[in-house]
Amino acid sequence: MNGLFHALDPAGPQAALIAQLWWLTVAVCALVLVAVLLAFFIALRRAPRADAATPADVKPLQQAEPRTRLVVTAATIASAVLLVGLVAASAATDRALMQLPLQNALNVQVTANQWWWDVRYDDPDPSRIFATANEIYVPVGRPVIVRLRANDVIHSFWVPNLHGKKDLIPGTEGTIHFRADRAGTYHGQCAEYCGLQHAFMAFVVHAVPQEEFDRWAESQRKPAAAPSTAPQKRGHDLFMSGTCMMCHAIQGTPAQARKGPDLTHVASRERIAAGRLANTPENLASWIRDPHRHKPGVNMPAHVLAQGDLEALVAYLGALR
Amino acid sequence: MSLPAQAAATLHRTWSDPPGVRGWFSALDHKTIGRRFVIAAFGFFVAGGLLAATMRLQLAFPEMKLVGPDLYNQVFTLHGTTMMFLFAVPVMLAMAIYLVPLMIGARATAFPRMTAFAFWVYVFGGLSVYIAFFLGSGPDAGWFAYVPLSGPEYSPGKRSDFWAQLITFTEVSGLLVSIDLITTILKHRAPGMTLARMPLFVWAILVTCLMILFAMPAVMMASTMLILDRLVGTHFFNPADGGSALLWQHLFWFFGHPEVYFIFIPGLGFLSMIIATFARRPIFGYPAMVLALIATGFLSFGLWVHHMFAASIPELAKAFFTAASMMIAIPSGVQIFCWIATLWKGRLNFATPLLFVLAFFFILVLGGLTGVILASTALDLQVHDTYFVVAHLHYVLIGGAVFPLFGAFYYWYPKMTGRMMDERMGRWNFWLFFVGFNVAFYPMHHLGLAGMPRRIYTYAAESGWGPLNLLSTVGAVMVATSVLLFIVNAVKSYRHGAPAADNPWGASSLEWATSSPPPPYNFALPPVVSSREPLWVPHHPSRPPHVTGLALDTRESLVTTAIDAVPDSRDTSPDPSHWPFTAAVALSIMFIATIFTPWGLVWGSIPVTIALIGWFWPRREETERHLALEKRP
Repeated sequence: MNGLFHALDPAGPQAALIAQLWWLTVAVCALVLVAVLLAFFIALRRAPRADAATPADVKPLQQAEPRTRLVVTAATIASAVLLVGLVAASAATDRALMQLPLQNALNVQVTANQWWWDVRYDDPDPSRIFATANEIYVPVGRPVIVRLRANDVIHSFWVPNLHGKKDLIPGTEGTIHFRADRAGTYHGQCAEYCGLQHAFMAFVVHAVPQEEFDRWAESQRKPAAAPSTAPQKRGHDLFMSGTCMMCHAIQGTPAQARKGPDLTHVASRERIAAGRLANTPENLASWIRDPHRHKPGVNMPAHVLAQGDLEALVAYLGALR
Repeated sequence: MSLPAQAAATLHRTWSDPPGVRGWFSALDHKTIGRRFVIAAFGFFVAGGLLAATMRLQLAFPEMKLVGPDLYNQVFTLHGTTMMFLFAVPVMLAMAIYLVPLMIGARATAFPRMTAFAFWVYVFGGLSVYIAFFLGSGPDAGWFAYVPLSGPEYSPGKRSDFWAQLITFTEVSGLLVSIDLITTILKHRAPGMTLARMPLFVWAILVTCLMILFAMPAVMMASTMLILDRLVGTHFFNPADGGSALLWQHLFWFFGHPEVYFIFIPGLGFLSMIIATFARRPIFGYPAMVLALIATGFLSFGLWVHHMFAASIPELAKAFFTAASMMIAIPSGVQIFCWIATLWKGRLNFATPLLFVLAFFFILVLGGLTGVILASTALDLQVHDTYFVVAHLHYVLIGGAVFPLFGAFYYWYPKMTGRMMDERMGRWNFWLFFVGFNVAFYPMHHLGLAGMPRRIYTYAAESGWGPLNLLSTVGAVMVATSVLLFIVNAVKSYRHGAPAADNPWGASSLEWATSSPPPPYNFALPPVVSSREPLWVPHHPSRPPHVTGLALDTRESLVTTAIDAVPDSRDTSPDPSHWPFTAAVALSIMFIATIFTPWGLVWGSIPVTIALIGWFWPRREETERHLALEKRP
């Protein structure tokens, strides 16, 4: 896993605001912890030792202890003041998070499924809409509005370096706004327990300069490359005549199902199986043959294919750049 | 002053549980039920601990294959469910069933048969879910069983039904025990024990039980709706048919957050009792302590949405719940300050119970402060559902409840068994637990920030989470060793421990005024109270020293007024009977049958009805005995 994955290493304004509030809150909490422990240890040190036979001191039942009361009251007021301060700081951060400027924002629609992410790039012109899976490219410095939906159970969208998390709840649509100010690859992960393969439901956000983003988007809009070699052709035919096309889509071919990830440009992705495996021909073959070896319980069935057929299929998919 | 031997023998006969196997199932003595309840809950604690150990071993290294995802999901679901529903809440109520009547000078709880019934229902419920687990059908949707994952479409089979029905079992049990304890506390206190003289543990239990009464119906409704969705095809939680997935979260957490405080508040009660005894003085600021307990109880109902900040909730609502979640730190702070003041002005006896209680000050304060972090909407969005939350919740629950509970075990063990626990082993137990706990859970804060989500069965080596996970597993092994040491100590001391005096710690509350272990009737002469610290302050000479005039040959007890504890009337307590056990068996059959068919409710209600009729069928001999006791003015 190369790239960043830490909540306190912000790469954009949203995560930076949260990190600021984090350090403020941690500082206040550390102060309180030290003060309480200090008082506690001094109390333990200065109090004389006793045993079970020591007569109990019952004077406090009759006599008030005004000095102690004063100290306890002061400590209570101090903690209330600190807490009110933290509430105010937290509210101010919430407000700032809401105020990310959204002019010229990129609109992305993410739909979570057990256990992968469907990513669609919206466009006013329907012919320019395209889909990918488990990876999101965003231009550096441009705000992104992600509309979040879930197809089955509740999932949670989380890229710690860019923002906190947002749940994807079936039946409702959520949104999350962020901006990446630093180019880089940021890891994301489903954060809400969603069944057998919750552990391996990852995705990446690639923040790249605008020109590179445009190039990438343009290449993604193109229909799939036609098979050019004999094995690729055989792989294509296998895909279209077998079970593959019942779940997957490849634009420019009859395969248009949306149950599994869109494979139009699958070879351009760094990883497959929602981050589980590096996208190499060996891994792809192994995944097609027995996905449950890598992600037990995954919805893709195992496939019994002759070695030649498998190689042909991998050759075809490997050419979908 | 003591009772003549013959009278004591009569009293003993009257209040004893019958002998033999039949007697074993008929037992009503609150001490017997309380002890069984504590042992059963501790058994579930050990079972839940073994599940935790399984998880820690699986996570010790990346890509471990000790358990697969299917088993792992059952293991963590059952771990959470066990610790919350079968250990933490029940063990607190169990300690209260044992201790409250002794602390308030009563001979029994108000409704002993109901307590016995609640105990059996709890045991059968707990066993049912473990049997399901061993048959490969353990619940696997997490301890808060979010829909739609736990619903009919995504959890086929009977796994989630066992979970939902377990909730029904524990609800019935928890509600009945709460009703019993509230009534006992309000109506069975010794004359003179006004509310203002009630021990702080009893206050804590009163607040807890009232909270249970208000919070549990929410989850009972939720789990019933889930069962209906799964069993008869209703659509409460199905968004496609106008249901709502978020509704479950509201109903669950409206119960779930107060539940954390059902566990924590009794822990605070233990702390107050133990600190007073070992600092050799009353707790500083009794009225503030009581008000803080009540305030915590109230505020805990206004926090539930902080479990849902990442869901789509209006911003203003989130701000409200952030403020409420932070404000609950104030009453906890007040109590911590009062305890430190008590220690400051006291003289300290560093015995094992005090050590466990002192650990609270480090662990709970740290857990409370990470709670302040989680209360903030913005910060919560980063750490929610990660190992940071796992660290936080174990710091507050283990620091706030389990450490005080172990202190309480060491403290009240002599009262329950008549023998002292071994101090040297106690110290080993404590230090291993304290160090092991921090080694196991502190690293999880960092893992959460580094992106490790909760509830993952394994992780890739490239994540970099390996070393801290291994450290955490080492800590878990230390904790397991220390719990083993505790069990050895408890078992060994039961036979060979030094005999305990009536009041071995020089404490002030009433349970220490009777023998160790107490006789079936608790007090030969029921006490009259004239101060907040009855065993430390000499009894007021103008008051009678004890209650007289109660029958010896019938289970008769004094009922006092709710606030001032002025003698009000006499009440008779039922005789031992097998019916609570039989009714619990019938009810369990009905509950388990409804997992498989809705007709279970119809046919299952017949044996339940028969058992309840048998339970309440009047017996001529008993009625006559009670009539004979009636006095006309």
